[in-house]
Order: sequence, then structure tokens, then C-alpha cells
Amino acid sequence: MNRLSRGMIGAMALLACQAYAQDTIRFGVEATYPPFESKQADGKLVGFDIDLGNAICTQLKAHCVWVENSFDGMIPALKAKKFDGIISSMSITTERLKQISFSDKLFNTPAFLAVKKGSQLKATPEALRGKRVGVQQGSIFETYAKKYWAPRGVTVTTYQSSDLAYADLVSGRLDGVIDDAVVLRDAFLSKPNGQGYEMAGPEIYDAAIFGHGTGIGLRKEDIALRQKLNSAIAAIHRNGTYDKLAKKYFSFNVYGK
Amino acid sequence: MMELIHAYWRNYLWSDGYVISGLAMTLWLLVIACTIGFCLAIPLAIARASERSWLAKPVWLFTYVFRGTPLFVQLLLIYSGLGSLRAIQASPLLWDFFREGFNCTIVALTLNTAAYSTEIFAGAIEASPYGEVEAGRAIGMSTWKLYRRIILPSALRRALPAYSNEVIFMLHATSVAFTATVPDLLKVAVDVNAATFMTFEAYGIAALLYLAVTFLLVGAFRAAERRWLAYLQPLHHH
Amino acid sequence: MLLQGYGTLLAAGALLTLKVALLSLLAAFVIGIAAASLKLSRQSAAAAIATAYTTVIRGIPDLVLMLLIYYSLQIWLNDWTDSLHLAQIDIDPFAAAVLTLGFIYGAYFAETLRGAFLSVPRGQMDAALAIGMKRQQAFRRILFPQMMRFALPGLTNNWLVLLKSAGLVSLLGLDDLVHAARQAGNATAQQFLFYTVVALVFLAFTTISQLALRPLQRAYSHGVRKAQL
Repeated sequence: MNRLSRGMIGAMALLACQAYAQDTIRFGVEATYPPFESKQADGKLVGFDIDLGNAICTQLKAHCVWVENSFDGMIPALKAKKFDGIISSMSITTERLKQISFSDKLFNTPAFLAVKKGSQLKATPEALRGKRVGVQQGSIFETYAKKYWAPRGVTVTTYQSSDLAYADLVSGRLDGVIDDAVVLRDAFLSKPNGQGYEMAGPEIYDAAIFGHGTGIGLRKEDIALRQKLNSAIAAIHRNGTYDKLAKKYFSFNVYGK
Repeated sequence: MMELIHAYWRNYLWSDGYVISGLAMTLWLLVIACTIGFCLAIPLAIARASERSWLAKPVWLFTYVFRGTPLFVQLLLIYSGLGSLRAIQASPLLWDFFREGFNCTIVALTLNTAAYSTEIFAGAIEASPYGEVEAGRAIGMSTWKLYRRIILPSALRRALPAYSNEVIFMLHATSVAFTATVPDLLKVAVDVNAATFMTFEAYGIAALLYLAVTFLLVGAFRAAERRWLAYLQPLHHH
Repeated sequence: MLLQGYGTLLAAGALLTLKVALLSLLAAFVIGIAAASLKLSRQSAAAAIATAYTTVIRGIPDLVLMLLIYYSLQIWLNDWTDSLHLAQIDIDPFAAAVLTLGFIYGAYFAETLRGAFLSVPRGQMDAALAIGMKRQQAFRRILFPQMMRFALPGLTNNWLVLLKSAGLVSLLGLDDLVHAARQAGNATAQQFLFYTVVALVFLAFTTISQLALRPLQRAYSHGVRKAQL
């Protein structure tokens, strides 16, 4: 089918049901964040977020399409309609709610600082004064570090994705990386190059910046889609799919407070 | 748009409050890389244009590799690649140098511009009018004097248009520095975009600043051409 | 295995980079010819537009332009289809990257072609017309071969720059060679190995290009005398 035919059928569908491609939901994801979303060597997308998204689509009897995008370009890409929802461990924060809306909470995990074993560094501005800390660009960790640590003499460097930050931590360019605790564990600490590193307390949290968990990012005008996704999320909690998927990855309650 | 400019103009131009950033950083990278590159390129170009293959071949290999691969890849090799090697991390002198994203970027930019400049100057040297060189030899000039008085001044003048192109390409090339965490103009635009999501405005302002500097450079080189290539200018009507 | 299982990913990435580069070359050449003709035309309005195009595009780094255009293209297209109440037309990332690169390098191609055209001494065309050749004949037999002698080095250079710029599309999120090497390198902490592979692949691409274009350059440069150094 050529572009013209596709366009015409699309136009008819638009006129008929006031919604774009009701049978396909496209989710944007940056697959560099195991165990939530990552890419295997053969190119297949795997992870908790991926499983949740697929389960939601099954619940809605829709076809899931995963579109890869960089995290810091996620919201502009959503607005540019490159996809319909963001499932990429994106926290529901007041700042983001100004631009987009979110579905109900998917999960909520704490954040910690990763440091070299034996470095005695703590996740406080006093301990990190003069040191370099890496964060992912566009993440809540960047907002936190730039707000509380940078003014107190900590050098904060931003990276396009957290695996680039880990690479610099391993090579010694950074003294610490702030990231989600589960991701730190799965993407870094449990891997061979993460062996000499550990999580340093205290837990990093700020109610205003962090919000209370991640959700599916949606365009503000897609109210119908949001309602559908919320009902699907509730359904997979009710029928036990959520718990089954969570147990595959986590030994603790990932849904959180 | 105006709030964006109002909030971030300082970042775009010279500093984000902690380090040099934006346009100042871009220009700093450009000046250092081009200066060192230029100084390296002249002896390399003489070797490259030489008839002795033991001089010319190694230089050829250098320019071949650095012109045949993207600057982006060269930067990644020096920043991530060298930075991941145990040998580099173990030596305090080398590690202190390559630890900084800025230094890695300078090395990559310098080697890249040296390679291109070498080819440009070598081409200009090879294009020396055969009569001038014969005349110089005939009156007994030594090779060193020949290069210093006849060939180089002539060749550098010939190379001026192509070299001005190279400097402008270098200005544009500095935009890859942000992948080595250097806070240049493009990185500021990327940061502003991440903070405000006003993509077109964030990148548009950076684009305009690059355009402005490009125009200034073009104007400067045109003035240089008027001075050093005066004999090629169109005749004025008297 | 030397590449630790990432060979297929890298090969797929290399193929994508090559495809982006070749399709962008086509787009850039077409846009370049159009812009060069406009610039050389006698109508000052057309020439002014073409001049503005080549000046602005060549004055901004290709990376900045890529980031600027890549997102804006889809947003503008959406606005346009929305205003016409049509279904949204999706530009896939590959097409967006090709259009962007083609649009940017069209300006460089235009300048090369225009410079080559202007480098042929005016007398050649005058002489050809004087001995009775038609304009078409003169262009084909006198102007074009000499123009190619001046254009080929520039065009070869433009193609090589375009090819190397195609290495930047990983920053637009495309799954190209550099992106694959980055993933492989960071996962195995052997960045040096994988980036060296990328460099060698690009070197192979540029070498093949130059080898293919050199016989052409030599054919068009017969009879030009060089100095003896």
C-alpha cells in the first residue's frame, strides 16, 4: 500500500472515530536503563517497563509499537507525535506536569549515589565538595544535583544517557553517579565493570523534584487514551499480572508508597 | 522566546556560573586547536610535498587516517577509547591530561585540523609555479632559504581561501565537543532544551550565534585576502 | 569472538550509515543543482533566495542544523496536516535524517558546482559560440568537461564530508554504526576496541570512494603541468 492510500484510509479513520490509529499504541522508550528497559545484543527490547507496556496493550487488545528515542528528547518527541505515550521510567513531577500529563503510577523506586568502594564518599554536598558527579540529562537526578549540590561546590556533569555516565565513573572521570537504585544495581553494580563500586547513602529524595513514582507520559489533550491506560493499569493490578511481572525482576515491593 | 533569552543569555555567551561555557568556550577551543594545528601543519606540509617518500609517506598516512574518519569518531576514540585503557589510567601524567574532556577535545580537534591543513598547504606548495622554483635554485638559494623566501609565502597566500574554509569548518566542528562533556555553545543549547523543551528556540539561538561568528570570520578572511592576495583583486576603474 | 557477539549489530549499523549517506548524496546533489542554477540566473529574486540559502546553511554547524530541523520538521508537518484536518503523516527518523542532511549539503554542493561553472574561462564559451556551436553542444563538449575538472575535487570533498557527517545521526537517535559501537563499548568496557572498528569502517568507506573517484579526476586533468619541487 503506498503512502497516498495509507493517508486516505488514515483520514477516513480520523473522520470516523476521532482518534489516530486506535488499534496501535506507540510507546517511546530509551532502552539504556536495565532492568526497566534495555536492549539485548540481538536488538530485542526487554525489561519491566517493556513487560508492563505489553501487558497494558494486551489488556486493551491493542498492538504495541516501541519507538526508541533519547531520554532528554522524549517530551518534545511526544509533542511532535512521534509516539503516543512515554514508558521510560519517567517520574511524575510538577515540572513535567506543566508540559504533559501522566497516567496513574507505574512504580516507585528510591535513588542513590554510586561511588567507588572505599572512597568513603557520602551523598551529601559537604562530602562531595570539589568532586565530580554525573547525572542523566533531563532526569530528576539532574534537577536535584543542580539545585542542591552544584551551588555548594560539587561539579555536576550531565550525560545523554546513564550508561555514558557509568563509563566515565569506571574510567575515573567521575567520583559518583546518581541514579535509580534498581538501575544502579542491574545496569552497573552487578556487572563486571561495576564490581569495585557500591551505593552510598543517604537515600536521595526530594518530594517536590522527585514526585511519587513513574508513570506513562501522555499529551495533555489525549484524555481518552489516559482513561484507557488507567483502566488497563488498574486491571493488571487486579488480575495479578503486575505482581507476576514484578516478581520476575524485584524481590521487594516496587510499587512503593 | 524572550524569557528564554533573558534566563540563559549568560550561559550562551560566556559562563553558566561555574565554568566558561557557550560561545566563549567554543571560540577558546577554536583558537587553541587552529593555532597548534597551523604550527604543526607547516613542517608536515613540507614533508608531505617532498619527493622523498620516507618523509612523505608517514605524513600521508597521518592525513589519510584523520581525513578519512569523522571527527566525532576521533573524539570518541580519544575521550572514551583512550580513557578506558588501563595503560592510560595507570600513568598519573597521562591520566591527569586525558581525564579532562576539554583536553581530549583539544587533542582531537588539533590533530584533525592539522591533517586537513597539511593537505591544503601541501597542495599549495605543489602548485608553486615551476619557474619561480627554478629561478630560486638558479641564483643559488639553499633549500631552507628557498622555502622561507619563495615557496612558503607564495604557497600560504595561495592556500588562504582554502584555509579560511578550513577555519570555518573548525568552528563548526567544535560543536561535537559536547559529547566529551565540554560546555560549548551546542551543549548550552542542549541543556536549555532539556530544561525548557523549547527546542526550536534553544537550538535557533545557538544557530544564530554560530552564523554571526561565521560572518565575522568570513569578513576577516576577506580583509586578509584583500591584503595578501591583492594582486588577484579585480582592477578598479580609474 | 573478537567483537564479542556485537558483530551483527555493528554490521547492521554500518549498512544504515551507508544508506543514509548515499540517499543524502542524491538529495543534496538535486538540491545543489537547483540552487546553483538559481544563483547563476539573471533574475535577482531567485539569486537572492539561493544566496540566502547557501549562506545561512553553510554558516551553521551541521550538527546544530540537524538537531534544529529533525524535530521541527515533524512539528511543522503536524501543524500543516492539522490545519487541513488530514491524518498525521509520519516522517520516520531515517527519512527525516536523509532530508535534513540532503538539505544541509545541498548548499555545499551548490557552491561547488557554481564555483566550477565560474572557473571555466569565459573565452571558452565565447570561442565555442564563435565557431558556430549551438549552446547545447558548447555546454556538452567544451564547458562541462572543463567544469568537471574544477568540480570533481570539490564534489569528492563534499561527498567525503557528507559521508562523515552521516556518522552524527546517532545523536538523532538513529541506530547507526556509532550508536551500535557505543552500546557495545559501554556494555563490555572495551570502548577503544569498538571505536577503532568504527574508525576502520569509515576509513574503508572513504578509501573506496576516493579510489572510485580518482580515475575520473585523472581523466579530467589531462595536460595540466605541475611544478618540480
